[in-house]
Amino acid sequence: MDRFVFLFSAGLARGAVLALFALSLVIVWRAARVVNFAQAAMAAAAVYAAFAVTAATGSYWAGLLTGLASGALLGAAVERGLMRRLPAHAPLPGIIVAIGLVMVLQAGLAIAFGPEHRPMHPPFSERPFIIGGVPVLSPYDLFTLVAAAAVMGGLALLFGRTSLGLQLRAAAFAPETSRLLGVRVPRMVTLGWALAVATAALAALLLVPTELGLNPHAADLLFVNAFAVAVIGGLDSPAGALLAGIGVGLLVSLVTGYASAAAAPLAVLALLTLVLLVRPGGVFSAKEARTA
Amino acid sequence: MSALVFHDLTVGYGGGAPVIDGLGLEVAEGSVVALLGANGAGKTTLLRALAGLEPARSGRVLLGGRDLTRMSTEDRVRSGLSLVPEGRSVVVELTVDENLRLGGLWRHRARARKAAVEEMYALFPPLDRRRHAAGHTLSGGERQMLALARALLARPEVLLLDEPSLGLAPQATAQLLGVLRATAARTGLTVLLAEQNVTGALSVARRGVVLALGAVVADRPAADLAADPALRHAYLGF
Ligand SMILES: Nc1ncnc2c1ncn2[C@@H]1O[C@H](COP(=O)(O)OP(=O)(O)O)[C@@H](O)[C@H]1O
Ligand SMILES: [Mg+2]
Repeated sequence: MDRFVFLFSAGLARGAVLALFALSLVIVWRAARVVNFAQAAMAAAAVYAAFAVTAATGSYWAGLLTGLASGALLGAAVERGLMRRLPAHAPLPGIIVAIGLVMVLQAGLAIAFGPEHRPMHPPFSERPFIIGGVPVLSPYDLFTLVAAAAVMGGLALLFGRTSLGLQLRAAAFAPETSRLLGVRVPRMVTLGWALAVATAALAALLLVPTELGLNPHAADLLFVNAFAVAVIGGLDSPAGALLAGIGVGLLVSLVTGYASAAAAPLAVLALLTLVLLVRPGGVFSAKEARTA
Repeated sequence: MSALVFHDLTVGYGGGAPVIDGLGLEVAEGSVVALLGANGAGKTTLLRALAGLEPARSGRVLLGGRDLTRMSTEDRVRSGLSLVPEGRSVVVELTVDENLRLGGLWRHRARARKAAVEEMYALFPPLDRRRHAAGHTLSGGERQMLALARALLARPEVLLLDEPSLGLAPQATAQLLGVLRATAARTGLTVLLAEQNVTGALSVARRGVVLALGAVVADRPAADLAADPALRHAYLGF
């Protein structure tokens, strides 16, 4: 039972990070109808910027803000400079350009900063609280959960309650109709990319201190799992990303704890296969999803 | 004074022959003009080109003397030229209220927008009853009302309407055209109304323009057109 409580609480924190990254994939998908395969490399680049600022100023928080800002800028720049110039209505060019971007970014980061893992220190302790003799969440896990919840809540408010959010949703669902209502759709697509990559950067920033350290590939595995999460939840569904993220985080934590770490990716793959067989659009997909 | 003028307009799809070839028209301020023509005559193509959704190969579009030719669709809308496109233009994932608000975002500040939305609910009581319903639950008539209300909300100078009666019951069509006629009379709105429903359109319009194969074949007062059986046979198919 103690073991279960520990694994469960660790899984929650892991799930929050997964959910956040999956949400970032959902935001790009909704804004531009592409799966951004470069999201991990772009997030890693933003984390390097955060790392540099933290190293220079000694402040984790200055680094965090830098990471968010550079993620947003990088997202906007990639949309304006690359994605917008591709032919519309065909998914392949976007995928190929994204994969090319991964190579350029990861090679560039390795040349600039070296391929080794640079340790990143968390702003809070990673030693779990002991409650009634049972180790549960660490202060850093708690920070991760709070940060993820705050950002997801903020995004929900932005998309659901503001005029800007209304335009972002309308531009994603019905670009032509939105233009006929005076919505500046190209600007909304750029903004969607900026929000998405900033969110991905935050997820990577939260993850890296709990792993080996910063490296150009530091967010790759996160991307793979988060992509599975986004597909399980439904690429169109922010709520799906949240719930599937938590679910997969718990699954990975429990399988790792009770079976082995090697079995965890298989469990995720099995879940993904099952969902694709039973509900190909994802668990939380709308009945008639728009394809374009 | 003409509210909407275009001349020498040529539009086509891909590399094919032009659908609209060197077309020109002047629509007087405050007038309601019916754009008639059989299926495939080029009505939709013309309206989409005016709104900037289809690129024109040549020609100019002027709104109240201002040249819109090089403007994007959203800038044409913000200059006062609105199009209610053919078919289902309601954003089905949004509620009735959200669809309406979306139509007024660039035009009104928050408080004025609220008042403008309420004004539309007063004009279209069936929408008032369904404020928080999602777009995909609306009937065809309700969707067309919502699309019209959403366009009117932005107080355009010129409204382009593409077959609002398409797929509607006669009663719903009559109601919609009734609101359009009353609004145009009250506000001095200029309307270019594409229709296959000739009787309905001519009951609202003062002037009728008949399009066939992308060219104007008749341009007369609505009453004359309605009373000319030869023309109806030749170009409108009944
Ligand atoms: N997207 C398109 N691609 C190619 N041809 C089109 C397209 N839309 C319309 N057309 C052609 O243009 C002509 C005019 O069509 P349209 O403007 O829809 O006429 P109307 O609205 O009067 O029925 C038709 O011959 C039609 O086949
Ligand atoms: Mg048509």
